[in-house]
Amino acid sequence: MKRIAFIVLLVLAFGLTPMACKQKSGQRDNSTGDILIGEYGSMTGPTATFGQSSHEGLMLAIEQINAEGGVLGRKIKIISEDDQSKADEAVNAVQKLINRDGVVAIIGEVASKRSLAAGSVCQKYKIPMLSPASTNPEVTKTGDYIFRTCFTDDFQGKVNGQFALRRGWKNVAILTDVNNDYSKGLAHFFREVYGKSGNIVADESYREGDKDFKAQLTKIKGTNPDAVFLPGYYTDVGLILRQARVLGLNVPFFGGDGWDSPDTLTLGDVVNGCFYSNHYSPEDPRPEVQAFLKAYQAKYNKTPDAMATLGYDAARVMADAIKRAGKADPKAIRDALAQTRDFAGASGIITIDAERNAKKPAVILEIRDGKTHLVDTILDTGT
Amino acid sequence: MDQLIQQLINGLSVGATYALIALGYTMVYGILRLINFAHGEVYMVGAVSSYYLAEWSMGWTHSLWVSLPIVVVGSMVTCAILGFLIEFLAYRPLRDRPRLVVLISAIGVSLLLQNLAQFQAIFGPTPKRFPELIQSTPVLYNAAHTIVLTNLDILSLGLSLGLMVIMTWVVLGTKTGLALRAVSFRFDISMLMGINTGKIISFTFMFGSALAAVAGTIDAIRYDVRPLMGLMPGLKAFVAAVLGGIGSIPGAVVGGLLMGLSETLVKGYLPSAYTGYADAVAFVVLIVILLVRPTGLFGRVAPEKV
Amino acid sequence: MNVNMTPFRRLPTLPVWVINSALTAILVGLWPLGRALEQNLNPYYLQILILVGINIMLAVSLNLVNGITGQFSLGHAGFMAVGAYTAGVLLRHYQPEGGAIVPAMLGVLILGGLLAAAAGLIVGIPTLRLQGDYLAIATLGFGEIINVVIINTESVGPFYVGGSAGLHGIPIYANFFWTFGAALFCVVCVWRLAYSNKGKAFAAIREDEIAAGAMGVNTTYYKVAAFVIGAFFAGVAGGVSATWFGNLDPESFRFMRSIEIVAMVVLGGSGSITGAIVAAILLTWLPEQLRAVQEWRLVIYALVLILMMIFRPAGLLGNRELWPVPGRRKPAPPATSDPDSRQRMMAEG
Repeated sequence: MKRIAFIVLLVLAFGLTPMACKQKSGQRDNSTGDILIGEYGSMTGPTATFGQSSHEGLMLAIEQINAEGGVLGRKIKIISEDDQSKADEAVNAVQKLINRDGVVAIIGEVASKRSLAAGSVCQKYKIPMLSPASTNPEVTKTGDYIFRTCFTDDFQGKVNGQFALRRGWKNVAILTDVNNDYSKGLAHFFREVYGKSGNIVADESYREGDKDFKAQLTKIKGTNPDAVFLPGYYTDVGLILRQARVLGLNVPFFGGDGWDSPDTLTLGDVVNGCFYSNHYSPEDPRPEVQAFLKAYQAKYNKTPDAMATLGYDAARVMADAIKRAGKADPKAIRDALAQTRDFAGASGIITIDAERNAKKPAVILEIRDGKTHLVDTILDTGT
Repeated sequence: MDQLIQQLINGLSVGATYALIALGYTMVYGILRLINFAHGEVYMVGAVSSYYLAEWSMGWTHSLWVSLPIVVVGSMVTCAILGFLIEFLAYRPLRDRPRLVVLISAIGVSLLLQNLAQFQAIFGPTPKRFPELIQSTPVLYNAAHTIVLTNLDILSLGLSLGLMVIMTWVVLGTKTGLALRAVSFRFDISMLMGINTGKIISFTFMFGSALAAVAGTIDAIRYDVRPLMGLMPGLKAFVAAVLGGIGSIPGAVVGGLLMGLSETLVKGYLPSAYTGYADAVAFVVLIVILLVRPTGLFGRVAPEKV
Repeated sequence: MNVNMTPFRRLPTLPVWVINSALTAILVGLWPLGRALEQNLNPYYLQILILVGINIMLAVSLNLVNGITGQFSLGHAGFMAVGAYTAGVLLRHYQPEGGAIVPAMLGVLILGGLLAAAAGLIVGIPTLRLQGDYLAIATLGFGEIINVVIINTESVGPFYVGGSAGLHGIPIYANFFWTFGAALFCVVCVWRLAYSNKGKAFAAIREDEIAAGAMGVNTTYYKVAAFVIGAFFAGVAGGVSATWFGNLDPESFRFMRSIEIVAMVVLGGSGSITGAIVAAILLTWLPEQLRAVQEWRLVIYALVLILMMIFRPAGLLGNRELWPVPGRRKPAPPATSDPDSRQRMMAEG
């Protein structure tokens, strides 16, 4: 008897699922009410810190836009979904956003492999997707509905290669995160440029979640490099630098925009004289940059990192595209996104090119005494 | 040569925390034959609580000698309570159930702690640097600065060896230890002999968790604090415990140190193309050990009787 | 060990040809059903449905190892990865089209399953000498090794594997029919194995390995067989998931995934095939329903696991099936205590 009751309960529980929800994709009326934009990201899991950061930047932008009266006279509503830092979950999340919530556009993922996984779904249902921070060149090749507002790995890797050559470093060691395609991508294109005339003396790796890097650093130290290329995220950069200095590896380290975080700047002496390529310099007097820094500080009481800045810009670019599209329709938004020219974002002047990538110059910043100083600006990597 | 010595130091220093976590695994497994999957998370909670304690204590004192004991003892107490609660709430009701069921419950506890720690209100997903309580500074080094031994290396090695000695004394030299050995030897008979097995099990969990808290504190000081930091060290420490012979206290320490050494040497001496495989080393070691000598280095042989 | 005092009573069985033609009819019926669902069902629910199918395969195949034979494996996701990467890499490389799709799908799914089974054999023969928890940890270690190998492999010969960036651009050929066809095949195979005469050897090993050996059961053979068959279906499930998602992330085959599958088996009731199916449905559906509560969902998932173990440790169905099994003895009363502990008591007492 108990078993039957149990089974009945189970059946009832499933009955509660909105199976009746036969609403098909795109059937939601998008001409009135709030404009629904989906966001999916890693709110939990190993890369949660980046997902949450990007989410904060995005929410700040949306708040500002809505305070200014929204777009097309309507407010923007963000529906955000957590993908637990998993690719399969990202696909589920995007399916839900498109087919259950009926969003007109999607902003997301920081990590390229999840953008690639979910991007094919967006492409299939012809919903424009704008990635704030997926740098793998493959991401936007998924289809004509997939855009990004960040650098690509090849651009930034080459920028760093050129920079290392310009600095006159003869021997450079590389330390990459094998689990991270961003890190691997940057290292790959760095080798391509720098390897032509420079000497790569060590090519070591670690794995996301590692916390002791002394083995690799001891090995690198044995090769006496002039500098170390470290294309990782700031969460690892701090640990690596502190351990390197203790071991007496006192050469400059340099890396990509993954370094950009208040955490890196507050590392103190260990990070003095290190460099990283970034989208903007906090000293940049442009009003977009300064207004963003101030607003972010006011809302979250901290300095934004690269992910927050990129999330903020992605939302801004998206809102701008909807405004120019004149209606909340996926196809019109896609066309407007493709037409983005010289958009003044916090992370630089963004132009979307024919491959749906953002073209913007990279700046090289030097860290000294807790501040960044602009040392170089590179737009064209000449390859 | 200098580089080899440095790598050995690096390896021992990493291995010391594996050893501390492995001690907790070994104690619990010795008594309950239970892989306490949540043990890695206890280590994480140890790190998180020491982070908060350091922040709090450094707010009103600048003396390291006031702060450090507060941090270490405080996180040990926190974790001991946590260990007690985990055992009491999630394992004790399952005492007579198949081990699979207890293991699932342990996995549930582990997931629960991981996800609670990711809440912004509790800790948040972002790694946090430990307040500047002790800086990692070289204390012993040669003239060329090619061999460096830091204060934290010494602290972690010293603590793990010291705690091993204390633990051996507790187990071999006290009455509780006698009871503990009895419970581990014959669970049901020890009950008949008038041992309060519930109390002994609680004690084991609290003791093991306090050791994990020490490991968590050391790692929090020399690295940083993250909500998912317990996962890999937890697994590797378990491997270390198996390597040393599960149930054996010196075995856990030796296993932990060997584990740290082998990982470091693989990263340090394998050609660059293969260093990515370093994480697999732990598990290859595990499988080889299990096949060649399942009782581990120091384990006693326990033939299955019918 | 479960000494069953209830009188032996055989339930009536249907003739084999009736069952076989019914199964064939269901398999054939899956095709139009799939077409209808794909056209009318909201794609989001179709997505969940397909995931349910994949998880059923995983849970039922693991149930053969964990539940029915009682060998605790924590490396199921590793075998899934072998199948997924086999299917993904081959389909991506050859990009079959038109009439070649169906044979190609059949080919890669079976090949993926076979390679996973081969991996199961390699892992199984040495590790199945181990008992209980040691086996669990050894298989867990194996899963992690597979993951490390995949993230360090950019390509194998002419085939692109993708390394840590994952494998993308796999043609999407899986659909409702393939998923549930494979799931049906898996369930029927495991069911027939478990409730055949030979299958009693599996249960005998679970109940008491030494006694089973003494009764003349070749325990090593049956343990390895269960392991290899379980790995085969995990590989097939991996293959289906590779060509359904169109991309593979090596991170998704780490031990958390194995644990999710184990949770399904235990929640459904170790040894119960229909239980594994019910649990696979429930644990796929539950996290999706919990999306509304955002960051609480994994906390709730964890709490459900713990509470479930405390209040219903035998799982939803215990070791029974949803309906009485024809030809099987009347279900035994649920075991009151753990065979392990009893074994220990016997050994010690």
